[in-house]
Amino acid sequence: MDAVTQNNNQQAQRKAAMAVLAHAEASEIAARLRTLALPGHQDLREPENGLVMLRGRVGGDGAPFNLGEATVSRAAVRLASGEVGFGYTLGRNSEKARLIALCDALVQSRDFSASIERDVIAPLRERLMIRRKQAAAETAATKVDFYTMVRGEG
Amino acid sequence: MYVAVKGGERAIENAHRLLANARRGDQNVAEVTLDQISEQLGLAVDRVMSEGSLYDRELAALAIKQARGDLIEAIFLVRAFRATLPRFGASEPVDTGAMRVQRRVSSTFKDIPGGQILGPTFDYTHRLLDPALAEGFMPEVPATAEAATAPTPRVTDILGRAGLIESSPRSEDGASVGDLTREPLNFPAARDLRLQNLARGDEGFLLAMGYSTQRGYGRNHPFAGEIRFGEVEVEFFAEDAGFAVPLGSIELTECQMVNQFKGSATEAPCFTRGYGLAFGQSERKTMSMALVDRALRARELGEEATAPAQDEEFVMSHSDNVQATGFVEHLKLPHYVDFQSELGLLRKLRQEFAKANAPHTMKEAAE
Repeated sequence: MDAVTQNNNQQAQRKAAMAVLAHAEASEIAARLRTLALPGHQDLREPENGLVMLRGRVGGDGAPFNLGEATVSRAAVRLASGEVGFGYTLGRNSEKARLIALCDALVQSRDFSASIERDVIAPLRERLMIRRKQAAAETAATKVDFYTMVRGEG
Repeated sequence: MYVAVKGGERAIENAHRLLANARRGDQNVAEVTLDQISEQLGLAVDRVMSEGSLYDRELAALAIKQARGDLIEAIFLVRAFRATLPRFGASEPVDTGAMRVQRRVSSTFKDIPGGQILGPTFDYTHRLLDPALAEGFMPEVPATAEAATAPTPRVTDILGRAGLIESSPRSEDGASVGDLTREPLNFPAARDLRLQNLARGDEGFLLAMGYSTQRGYGRNHPFAGEIRFGEVEVEFFAEDAGFAVPLGSIELTECQMVNQFKGSATEAPCFTRGYGLAFGQSERKTMSMALVDRALRARELGEEATAPAQDEEFVMSHSDNVQATGFVEHLKLPHYVDFQSELGLLRKLRQEFAKANAPHTMKEAAE
């Protein structure tokens, strides 16, 4: 595997992990991480709250426009072994941003990427999917079934 | 000339103490929590997020509590808060086509791919007050059905494939996106700025403007092509990470209004469109926004612009309820000096009037 492909694979893996973590509660992530023997790590950047301007597209698929802002928290964590992870999440929970950054660093670490996926990301993903499936099933029950009244002319 | 007047500090302080008590109300009644507001007054929270132009349910709930349920005051509080935080940048544009739909209806086609999905709606309720809700109400568990895996494409995309509707305007990659929170508004304003203005505009104002187009003031023959509400994922290109990172999801309502045709000697006639998008479940808001967006395209579509809803300077200058309430409500602040000078002028005018009419009055009295 060449370096570029490897890099893209890892990026896809990090993104997939972040997509799950952003939907989890900070306490859920923390509880999952407690089951691992974590390596030494430190804040590369203190968690910080700020804003991101959310964009839509004209007509849903056209040129972008600014819809309004959202609060976002971000952090960066470095493992003792050198990997740097970044954490971004909607909202103002800086602890959650730090935990996501830590997970992102662990995903990149040769020693931890397997166990973080197995013990943290996978169970959180499963919970997220259960929640989404339930919501989709409740929504599906409100789908309209049309039927046509047959006119009596035969 | 402004004359500084001191005084009233203690009265102000005591008024705010009294306000805090009035806000709390009868202390034998349980205090309302932010979770309760967010969960049980969710549509008020959605409105405050939309017009406060800040997606944060907890902050919007706090603002509603602090404002005693006065939503415009709450919107004001949220706008003021956003000025206290740095901006990290702008998100990737969200893809409403990939929305996890909770509601999706079309008034133009009965059989749309993905179907008509009613979701949690007031539509078809009888609008009768329900005494059962007064206390201790437990709703039935929601019904479930097998969810289809088929996608729910936007109705306008389906019409677009057949060339029956105009396509959305595109922009060059990397073209700058207008931001009225950064640059002062100039007219004529481009569509991106108009949509930003409408997205944070007052729902009542937009409702009235949209309604006026239906009543004939700038008629544009609308159909609700599609209204959808649900969750979309947000991504943000993080410089430090070097790729677009997922931030989580937000709830949005989108309205695609389909309007009567345009065409020319060189272009086949096709439907035109108006667009509405807002945070949360904000159906009335997005429908009104789409009507007004379409009305404001009068110039671009070569229509005669005679109605208020087609006048972008009028609409955009009066849509913001924080600006509007600031200017209207400032009238109650002390204007003592201004008023003194008006009073002086009026006295002088009355003296002149009395003098001019004096001989006449004396003559009348003598007769």
